[in-house]
Amino acid sequence: MAEQASIASATVTGEGVRRRDFINIAAVSVAGVGGLAVLYPLISQMAPSADVLAESSTEIDISAIATGMAIKAMWRKQPVFVRNLTPEEIKSAEKVDVTSLRDPQTIEERTKAGKTNWLITMGVCTHLGCVPLGAGEGEVKGEFGGYFCPCHGSVYDTAARIRKGPAPKNLEVPPYEFSSDTVVKIG
Amino acid sequence: MSFPWANEYKPVHPFMRYLDERLPLPRFVYNAVGGGYPVPRNLNYMWNFGVLAGVALVLQIVTGVVLAMHYAANAGVAFDSVEHIMRDVNWGWMLRYAHANGASMFFIVVYTHIFRGFFYSSYKAPREMIWLLGVVIFLLMMATAFMGYVLPWGQMSFWGAKVITGLFSAIPLIGTPLQQWLLGGFAPDNAALNRFFSLHFLLPFVILGVIVLHVWALHIPGSSNPTGVEVKQESDTVPFHPYYTAKDGFGLGLFLILYTILVFFAPNLLGHPDNYIPANPMSTPAHIVPEWYFWPFYAILRAFTSDFFFIPAKLMGVLAMFSAILVWFFLPWLDTGPVRSGHYRPLFRKFFYLLVIDVLVLGYCGGAPAAEPYVMISQIASMYYFLHFLVILPIVSSIETPQPLPFSITEAVLGKDEHAVLSATSPAVA
Repeated sequence: MAEQASIASATVTGEGVRRRDFINIAAVSVAGVGGLAVLYPLISQMAPSADVLAESSTEIDISAIATGMAIKAMWRKQPVFVRNLTPEEIKSAEKVDVTSLRDPQTIEERTKAGKTNWLITMGVCTHLGCVPLGAGEGEVKGEFGGYFCPCHGSVYDTAARIRKGPAPKNLEVPPYEFSSDTVVKIG
Repeated sequence: MSFPWANEYKPVHPFMRYLDERLPLPRFVYNAVGGGYPVPRNLNYMWNFGVLAGVALVLQIVTGVVLAMHYAANAGVAFDSVEHIMRDVNWGWMLRYAHANGASMFFIVVYTHIFRGFFYSSYKAPREMIWLLGVVIFLLMMATAFMGYVLPWGQMSFWGAKVITGLFSAIPLIGTPLQQWLLGGFAPDNAALNRFFSLHFLLPFVILGVIVLHVWALHIPGSSNPTGVEVKQESDTVPFHPYYTAKDGFGLGLFLILYTILVFFAPNLLGHPDNYIPANPMSTPAHIVPEWYFWPFYAILRAFTSDFFFIPAKLMGVLAMFSAILVWFFLPWLDTGPVRSGHYRPLFRKFFYLLVIDVLVLGYCGGAPAAEPYVMISQIASMYYFLHFLVILPIVSSIETPQPLPFSITEAVLGKDEHAVLSATSPAVA
């Protein structure tokens, strides 16, 4: 009883640090660090796995795409639009005042030099990820002649730039290069 | 935990007495939903929906566990395994339709339960914690229902998963990595389907746990009632069993009639034909909408079409959609009026019905294509929705003169009953 009383008074008056306090704090800290270390793999396991990340590049034959046509290819399980723009479509994209755009970019910045007619973008609306219409035959192209997303009504122009609706950005241009005049390597 | 006049559990059978001394589970049940729980005598049928929601959850767990015995959560075979359930598994068609329509029934009763809470201000002190836990249950329900809808891996499943996880990409800086972390890939695929199945199985049991807390919190002040006047005396209450087990039983009968009509005569009425097309990452359905119970919130999401205060339209829509539910967490402190029941609040009552109409309008617009005039109607209705909670409710509750309340529940039920008059003059009770 006397011992307990002296411990209680030491705690109340805050006189010094007892061995037991140190052991308590040290033990809880070590357990806490251990707990956090266990948490890391539990969170990390949900990130894309190695096989998903491995599907990082794809080659597309573009020789059969005539002027004014487009195809949908697949990269990282997502659609890619490869579009062979007509001169009128390029001209209408060049005519737009870039500063008036929500996501200001010229068509030159969105295509490769000397290959301005090849507009290669993700077929993923930057709003919530639907596939916009306009790449398939007979699909609605929207009022700016590019793409139209049916989910929430975003409208893209002939350089796949956002012009109207809720999407915040232009259709993303994936990393790609021309392996030859007829083959594009995406990723 | 209960009123002093609550009936005490008295086991008769020797085995029950033996059990009561060692594991008083029957006593716990008796005090929670039996003769030991005194309940206001004037509850109307709007007080059926809590029990009905509980029954709906049990139905979902039972049918769901059975369906999980036949379903395969793999993107390659998920769609076929659902068709296997529909065509080959004994009674599989019935179990799946019961589960799919059970979700709709669950939301019907829960929405009624929530709007009962709005009308009778059930969220007011001392019942705030019941209300907050209820909102948590509703959020968990929404997550569970969304993930369940992804499992058949049809077109609506796939694109629903894409659009809803796309909401997270609106968050600045961490948005896209967060979306990829949630999906385990760049688009919904096997990884996403598997984890959604795992969580869809887990969350109903989490909901069950929060319901235990919800009912626990309820049993401290006891149930509210249509007058909003607190229980004062024994004559204000009746035991839960048999009075409300019988009343709830009648409501349950009506619930089951509606439910079985849906399951057996219109099993696909509330579904989307597009979900009978296998998931195709290359083509979005022309008209993509969530299930009906998400329509009001989907309308709010789509209402933001241009940037607002330097916040991108997309982020604004997402914030507004989540705020539409999060604002319910603040309801006990937004409505400061001293009177609970809408029956005695003439001005509040009008705005309540306006809110009901507003939510119905939002729901209709959420199910309609993203075109005019629905976009503009959603914008006006969304604005009114937030106006109701953040402006109208605080103002109405501070300027309104409520109508006179009855002295007690007994007086409300029996009019100028002698017992109620006696109670009114008795200083011991007042």
